[in-house]
Amino acid sequence: MFNKVAVPVMSILVFLGLWELLVWANGWPNYKMASPSDLPPAFWQYRDLFLIMGWQTLWRTVVGLLLAVVFGTLLGMIIGFSRVARDALYPLLVGFNAVPKATLVPVIALLFIGQHDFNTVLMAFMISFFPIAVSVGIGLSTLEPEYRDILRALGASNFTIFRKIALPKTLPEFFGALKVAATLAFIGTNLVEIVSPHGRGLGALFKSGETNGNYPLMFAVLIALAVLGIVLYYAVVFLEKIFAGWAERAPG
Amino acid sequence: MGGPDRTGGIEIENLIEIKGVKHAYATASGPLPVLDGLDVAVPKGTFAAVVGPSGCGKSTLTRLVAGLMKPDEGQVYLHGELVKGPRKTVGMAFQNPVLLEWRTILENVILPLEIVATRMSRADRVARAMDLLDMVGLTGFENKRPSELSGGMRQRASLCRSLVHKPEVLIMDEPFGALDAFTREDLWQTMRDLRRAEPFTTVLITHDLRESVFLGDQVIVLSGRPARTQYVMPVDLPEDRTLDVLYTPKVADMLHILRDQIKIAQGRHEGAH
Ligand SMILES: Nc1ncnc2c1ncn2[C@@H]1O[C@H](COP(=O)(O)OP(=O)(O)OP(=O)(O)O)[C@@H](O)[C@H]1O
Ligand SMILES: [Mg+2]
Repeated sequence: MFNKVAVPVMSILVFLGLWELLVWANGWPNYKMASPSDLPPAFWQYRDLFLIMGWQTLWRTVVGLLLAVVFGTLLGMIIGFSRVARDALYPLLVGFNAVPKATLVPVIALLFIGQHDFNTVLMAFMISFFPIAVSVGIGLSTLEPEYRDILRALGASNFTIFRKIALPKTLPEFFGALKVAATLAFIGTNLVEIVSPHGRGLGALFKSGETNGNYPLMFAVLIALAVLGIVLYYAVVFLEKIFAGWAERAPG
Repeated sequence: MGGPDRTGGIEIENLIEIKGVKHAYATASGPLPVLDGLDVAVPKGTFAAVVGPSGCGKSTLTRLVAGLMKPDEGQVYLHGELVKGPRKTVGMAFQNPVLLEWRTILENVILPLEIVATRMSRADRVARAMDLLDMVGLTGFENKRPSELSGGMRQRASLCRSLVHKPEVLIMDEPFGALDAFTREDLWQTMRDLRRAEPFTTVLITHDLRESVFLGDQVIVLSGRPARTQYVMPVDLPEDRTLDVLYTPKVADMLHILRDQIKIAQGRHEGAH
């Protein structure tokens, strides 16, 4: 327990120390690179904004991610159970995933003008459903036939087999993908927030820092983003422990 | 020694009856004939051991009996009724015990009851599962995860799961194939004891001729692919056999005949010895 908390905290402190040292040793002014000691004042000065904007970023990311979970799981079920669907959808999916999502920002901005919340959630969703769909799909299609047969031989329906065997069996892969998806959704949210004019959320705060040449604010936003990312990631880890903890082999 | 002495006319008593079954799988390089003229009759309450060359179609046979697939030609009957799909009265066990890692051993054994005995009370389910676990010597392990058990213990748990709903037919596809020789012999004895305690009719696929003779009431030899019934040997040994029976001259003779039949099935029989 000590190690689980102390080691990461130490590593973060070491990181901040090195950063401070680097800025100090090079004598960089604030407009080139802010140092960690500049950040607390920036946070304090804009504390209300950080709370409001941080919340906006967080809820839109989470909503996008939830949509991605629902859609990705359904899509994964389709490509996992049907060979034809797999052959038909894989190229489309891979192609869609390969498109840099930044290029889609103006497209959705034009499609849904002024719907900033909607656009942001949509981007978070679009960027993050792919790993979920693929992992669920692979998990289902690689289910050993014997697992299916023990229930199918008793006349169990496909849905029962999915619920009792296929779904729990793919949970470890699902959570692995969800960790990636959570980070991606976060990137998607920020992308829209930064690129959209009159955006909201931490991304917009970053941009206003940039416009005003407020470098400590920009760096403070980056740190806040990192913290939110960490929170989101460990929320997923927490859920994984609850729902797929069995997959973790007991040590020894 | 008597060869196949299945004269027909006892169809009513046969719990499992396979008649003239032919089957081919569709593969990329055209149809692959797997079964061609398969005839099997297993009287109620008896044990049929099936041996045959690797890849000849033995697992296909189990899937037909379980109603997981239909043959291209011929019929499979259970109880004189044509098998058209899966039935709740069948239990299956495989070489891979396929236990669910997220369930305890007890919950794994209970799984079939959740499908076929939806009205059975939780207490009854647990009692039934615990009885079986006791019979196979797994008392005290019911709350363990499958990964905490040895291979032999996992296979015992898998056997309990395939019997928990009191199936009429138990179908086993090389269930002991992955176990070491000593563990395997232990499981043969467990299997014998289970049969004594519960009535069920068994089809066992195996690669081990000693196993087929020790457990079987008849040993069915399948030919190489496409498989047909090549030879049927009735096993007239006492019901309560012990492992010692395997070292009697009678069994040695039976094993000799079976080995010759397997050679024929593999297509490498170099005349008579
Ligand atoms: N679903 C399938 N589609 C195409 N070919 C199949 C399929 N299932 C089995 N086969 C082929 O049919 C043949 C018989 O398969 P089966 O599994 O019944 O043999 P087996 O006797 O159980 O083999 P083993 O001794 O290896 O367990 C094999 O050549 C196998 O490759
Ligand atoms: Mg097989």
